Amino acid sequence: MTIRSTIMELVVEIAQQHGKKLAPLSDNLPLLDSGLDSLCIAVLVAWLDERLGLDPFAADGDASLPVTLGDFIRLYENATD
Amino acid sequence: MQRTERRSLWHLTVAAGLAPGRFMEDAQGRVGVAALAAGAIGPSLEKLRGQSVLVACGRPLAFVQALLRLDGVAARIVICPPDLAPAFLPAVIAEARADAIMTDGAAPAAHPAAGLPVLACHVAPELAVKHPLPADQDRGAETEWILFTSGTSGRPKLVVHTLSSLTGPLDDGPAASKDAVWSTFYDVRRYGGMQILLRALVGGGSMVLSQAGEAAAAFLGRAGAGGVTHMSGTPSHWRRALMSAAADQISPRYVRLSGEIADQAILNNLAAAFPAAAIAHAFASTEAGVAFEIGDGLAGFPAALIGRPGSKAELRVKNGSLHIRSARTASRYLGGGDLKDAEGFVDTGDMVALRGGRYHFAGRREGVINVGGQKVHPEEVEAVINQQPGVRMAQVRAQPSPITGSLVVADIVLEPSAGPESLADIKAAILAACRAALPAHKVPALLRAVTSLDIAESGKLARRYA
Repeated sequence: MTIRSTIMELVVEIAQQHGKKLAPLSDNLPLLDSGLDSLCIAVLVAWLDERLGLDPFAADGDASLPVTLGDFIRLYENATD
Repeated sequence: MQRTERRSLWHLTVAAGLAPGRFMEDAQGRVGVAALAAGAIGPSLEKLRGQSVLVACGRPLAFVQALLRLDGVAARIVICPPDLAPAFLPAVIAEARADAIMTDGAAPAAHPAAGLPVLACHVAPELAVKHPLPADQDRGAETEWILFTSGTSGRPKLVVHTLSSLTGPLDDGPAASKDAVWSTFYDVRRYGGMQILLRALVGGGSMVLSQAGEAAAAFLGRAGAGGVTHMSGTPSHWRRALMSAAADQISPRYVRLSGEIADQAILNNLAAAFPAAAIAHAFASTEAGVAFEIGDGLAGFPAALIGRPGSKAELRVKNGSLHIRSARTASRYLGGGDLKDAEGFVDTGDMVALRGGRYHFAGRREGVINVGGQKVHPEEVEAVINQQPGVRMAQVRAQPSPITGSLVVADIVLEPSAGPESLADIKAAILAACRAALPAHKVPALLRAVTSLDIAESGKLARRYA
């Protein structure tokens, strides 16, 4: 399973759990316009850390905060390099 | 001791200048500071002289108008935050001995069944401004400003400040220049927002106020259009701003963080996003006031700030917790209970640890978890989890989050009878129960099965904060 598909799957699951209606997902969609709020995104980051062992925010404190869904996915894809 | 004449908020605001360009704006519109000052004068205020007045306004600018009216006239201004649960109102009215309510009719707390007289407070229309302003009434009273502690699980405590204790920190940070346009993600009825409002009013500047329910992008758009130069918020506010596509709408020259731990990542992110801005993080709480402001771009604060008797805020670390003594602290809780120790220090309950010549914040002593500015008591979550079949005991704790500062997570010890195969079912049942009983920020983001939990000598769960 790719990082992208894992993220997409978890986004849908968290939206369901939190009763959020998701906008049509695309790379250009600002994360905060996706239907997920800050709490949902925080949960997503924690789940990805557990599922993939990746925390791109932890490394050196220099990861910039992602604006779009595409930024977010790239952050995780680059963290495996 | 020489007694200096008390200057009211109205006097300080007017003395700072009423240039036509000076404005205050919330989501419902913009009004000149001159109009707010003019709208704060009136013989009808005399009937509130010496009274305890509860101010419950939906519109932030109506609240600002009420402050300008009441300071120096009323004995007490009770500053209801917009999210005060109406159920708490009778107790608040009793504790504050409120005589009257001033409201724009739009706040949840506007229509209590208490039978108190209700006075209207609306933002003065621009047309009402006369030049020069008529002579103002006597504003010599040392009005108490009652602020509410921020959202814990129970009823908020009422904290007694004065204009003097609240304006004490205005010497910190950048000098308040008259061309400054201030803004804050905080509601101005919270301590953090009040600090910015007072800088704008007393310093002669203007302000763009946030309003409950307004989307982050809409607020940032207004802040940008209003030419905001100085802006404050919690680390969580700022993270949300940087993640919104509207962050490039603003170009502040001063960025301030307070209210939560400012980690190195958010300081770096803000420096990258606003390269021309001075970035400062302040330590402040409703009870302890502003203790210090750090502008070197590094998380934590230099150990050299500890001690230093005679400084504006004297710091001490006792049993790992930061203690503060200054003229900026609140004087007492209205409902009783010790706010200061015998030497006048406020115990903040914020635990600090010394690393490499700097103190770093390590969470709350009581284990209170701050999820994006909303507080969670671990015990209330543990109580829900412990009711679930198959659970022997649970410990709820904070896990750091780059988005909300902290998240709630739970370690679970299962009953020996619960086999490993039932783990997934028990976890699902725990989450379902938490979602039914608790607001979303209190539901554990992660559940981990552990074999044991540490019990302290007191017989209670050992709560760690580092």
